Amino acid sequence: MNNLNELRAKCKEIYKQKLSRPRVVVGLGTCGIASGGDKVMAAIKKEVEARGLDVDVDFTSCIGMCYREPMVEVALPGAASVVYGDIFPDKVAQLLESHIVNKKPVYEWAAIQIPGEATPYEGIDIMEQSSYYGKQVRSVTSRLGRTNPEKIEEYIATGGYEGIEKCLQMERQAIIDEIKKSGLRGRGGGGFPTGNKWQFVYNTPGEKKYAVCNADEGDPGAFMDRSVLEGDPHSVLEGMMIAGLAIGADEGYIYCRAEYPLAIRRLNLAIAEAEKHGILGDKILGSNFSFRIKIKAGAGAFVCGEETALLNSIEGQRGMPRVRPPFPAISGLWAKPTCLNNVETYANVPFIIRKGADWYASMGTEKSKGSKVFCLTGKINNTGLAEVPMGITLREVIFNIAGGIQDGKKFKAVQSGGPSGGCLPEEKLDLSVDYDSLTAAGAIMGSGGLVVMDETTCMVDVAKFFLNFTQLESCGKCTPCREGTKRMLELLQKICDGKGELKDLDTLERLAKVIKSSALCGLGQTCPNPVLTTLRYFRKEYEAHIVDKRCPAGVCAALLCYVVVAEKCTGCGACLRACPAGAITGEKKEPHSIDTSKCIKCGACMTKCKFDAIIKA
Amino acid sequence: MVATVTLTIDGIQVTVPKGTTVLEAAESVGIFIPTFCHDPELSKPGACRICVVEIPGARNLPASCVTEATEGMVVYTASDAVIEARKTNLELLLANHPDDCLTCHKNGECRLQEYAYYYGVRADAFPGEKHQYPIEDDNPFIVRDMNKCILCGKCVRMCQEIQGNNVIDFAYRGFNAIVTPAMNTTYSDTDISNCVFCGNCVSVCPVGALSEKAMLGMGRRWEMKKVTTTCPYCGVGCSFDLNVKDGKVVGVTSTDGDVNGRALCVKGRFGYGFIHHPDRLKTPLIKKDGKLVEATWDEAIALVAEKMGAVKEQYGGETIGLISSARCTNEENYLMNKLGRVVLGTNSIDHCARL
Repeated sequence: MNNLNELRAKCKEIYKQKLSRPRVVVGLGTCGIASGGDKVMAAIKKEVEARGLDVDVDFTSCIGMCYREPMVEVALPGAASVVYGDIFPDKVAQLLESHIVNKKPVYEWAAIQIPGEATPYEGIDIMEQSSYYGKQVRSVTSRLGRTNPEKIEEYIATGGYEGIEKCLQMERQAIIDEIKKSGLRGRGGGGFPTGNKWQFVYNTPGEKKYAVCNADEGDPGAFMDRSVLEGDPHSVLEGMMIAGLAIGADEGYIYCRAEYPLAIRRLNLAIAEAEKHGILGDKILGSNFSFRIKIKAGAGAFVCGEETALLNSIEGQRGMPRVRPPFPAISGLWAKPTCLNNVETYANVPFIIRKGADWYASMGTEKSKGSKVFCLTGKINNTGLAEVPMGITLREVIFNIAGGIQDGKKFKAVQSGGPSGGCLPEEKLDLSVDYDSLTAAGAIMGSGGLVVMDETTCMVDVAKFFLNFTQLESCGKCTPCREGTKRMLELLQKICDGKGELKDLDTLERLAKVIKSSALCGLGQTCPNPVLTTLRYFRKEYEAHIVDKRCPAGVCAALLCYVVVAEKCTGCGACLRACPAGAITGEKKEPHSIDTSKCIKCGACMTKCKFDAIIKA
Repeated sequence: MVATVTLTIDGIQVTVPKGTTVLEAAESVGIFIPTFCHDPELSKPGACRICVVEIPGARNLPASCVTEATEGMVVYTASDAVIEARKTNLELLLANHPDDCLTCHKNGECRLQEYAYYYGVRADAFPGEKHQYPIEDDNPFIVRDMNKCILCGKCVRMCQEIQGNNVIDFAYRGFNAIVTPAMNTTYSDTDISNCVFCGNCVSVCPVGALSEKAMLGMGRRWEMKKVTTTCPYCGVGCSFDLNVKDGKVVGVTSTDGDVNGRALCVKGRFGYGFIHHPDRLKTPLIKKDGKLVEATWDEAIALVAEKMGAVKEQYGGETIGLISSARCTNEENYLMNKLGRVVLGTNSIDHCARL
């Protein structure tokens, strides 16, 4: 068997060369590009050329601080790397002038620094000690924002493909044992022990087997898998290869949603590069193991994230879940034994093999080992990607890493696990983030989306939002999910419209119970969770809508009434001009008034009023 | 020796061959479990969830139609949780179903109606949106009223698995999911649909969503006498039921034929119009003075015998040829053969199916 020693030495040399040169690196993940990263890139190239600077211009993926995009890293040989945030094209000239030409960082724009072996700059947070990264671990995300995801050399130079190289020397059962020992559980949300799943596929007789990667990340507010695919595509390929080797598969599919064009592009590139170097394809590294990976772009159905619907979709069928059992490990893609894991699960595998199961199991709690990547979104200061050790508390994630609630408002709830998850209130903030604790509280770990809500969020409205989502995305196959979510949604709408009755809450609970117990697939069985948890923790808010005909958060339009506080109104007329419905009247310099029968409750008057004279009542 | 498993259903010990489903095991001892999407002839999607049962230790209420009976399994088919789930799911189906049993032709033979009655479920549990699809009746054979469809998918599987035509499938999602030909067109849109109007989809519809157009308004189901017979159109010999009301054939429906199961073709299922057609010949006709005149069978047979006898006498029996019909039964064709070879003395006999 061949080894990668020679190639690795070459890659390390190339990578070392890169690090020894002055360089400017732009974060070009989807978040960076959406914030204008490509324009920043163009501006940097133009500036470098115009000034004739001796500096390399490169790109990387998202480092995780999405709230500071576009981000630009500037590094000089022998000095700490500085990662700047909110760098728009108009800041480029000054940034290069100061940091490259005058060798002085622009302190006020710096987000973090990564000193490496160099002396840190004073006055810039060191990454590992910063408020955002201090409580994080960087394992699956270690290359994100640090290497160029389109260069296989950088993957190999940083330990990439050591895992498969090592596994090719191991007994297949020993690979599975190592994964079992690590305690890795499915990161797609289910939390099934990965090693056990591999064992089932291994044990199932069959000439042909498949390793399939679920990259159909569809939860609102979730982008963990996208970030990993865009930032470290080779780690997913390597994880799949190791799985393929262990279970006896020679073919793999990555089912990636078409809404992730950059991830698909980088995956295709990674596959081509790996094949070019003989790491992927026939007789890998001269061994008897052959493995090929194909990409199937999903057509936009949320339900295709459900494993059996995903398999149907790859086969060209309509994405509708199949009855389990048989589980995919027994009869999966084209009825062959199939190992199905999600992106983050596969991406963890090379690290576990390289660093050992004990290292991995040393992180986390007794039953939830390792780290988990979360997407922090909602009404928090720091939205972005965070990899944390299992067992961290929600409070630490929300108030330390995510920087607490925006505009000093009050925390109200955190939604974990997307449409299948639940909303947890303040008293659950000290809950340990692990599979079992979250499930016990009525939420689920899910794939890692955390949506944080503040006091201006109406929990009935939130439940309605998620039910609307699941209703639209229900495949329509089974009765409880197709028809039941529709009626739940109608009941929630009725409550938001101020027409609810207390017995509607009982009906909601009954429907939720029946849908959970009798729906065919995971989507249906979990979709009542947002309603059940909001009813469990925020029942008073439902009752306020029903009994008092009041939306405490001031969100549900039908229950709102905009009124003018006469004492504060100066009669400036700004509200009158802003009102699209002609509902406001009043003489100049006299207090105005709102005709509630004409008011469409758009809130334009309140936004325009400079004197806080219009309030929601 | 077939391996068996023994399980307990509602306190009754049942021993069944390994691989039997809980539904089949329950049915084998006469325990009732309702089903919509299940059909022994078709694949099992486990979709409608009306057949759920309680199995202690299982995470949820599994669908009995797709749950394999295992050794020592304990099953409750009518526990509180099961009945609540069934009733709720029936309420959900009825909430999106036209409340028009009074005029529905499926009245009396509708599973939704039957189960709603059995479980005492009313149609008004969830007032809310109902579908308002236009009724598809732009072809001469089948009327599709998707407002009545409960999406059990039997028609889809019948078309795919028995007929092999793949005309229809599910489209759209959630509440708007519908069974339709590609591009949401109609059966009769031959640019897209390759429907042959065999009507086999109609034969499996448990509700009034699919119906035989010519049978609408021709009588209630309980007024029809079903006469099982063999299709006269071709040599396959499919069985079906003639639906007879007041001595008139008003329709053809599937029976469980030995040859064909429930499958029929467009002619067998819908081509019975000739039976009571005014142009149909009901007596033999004899040409007299250049005009065809009604005659009795005795007159006609006597005339044919006389003429045939004369030809045989004068030119020999081998000069006569006979052509029989595929629409006759085997027995009739056999008698034709006897007539030719034994009575007339000719081997020149053939059959339209060979031509």
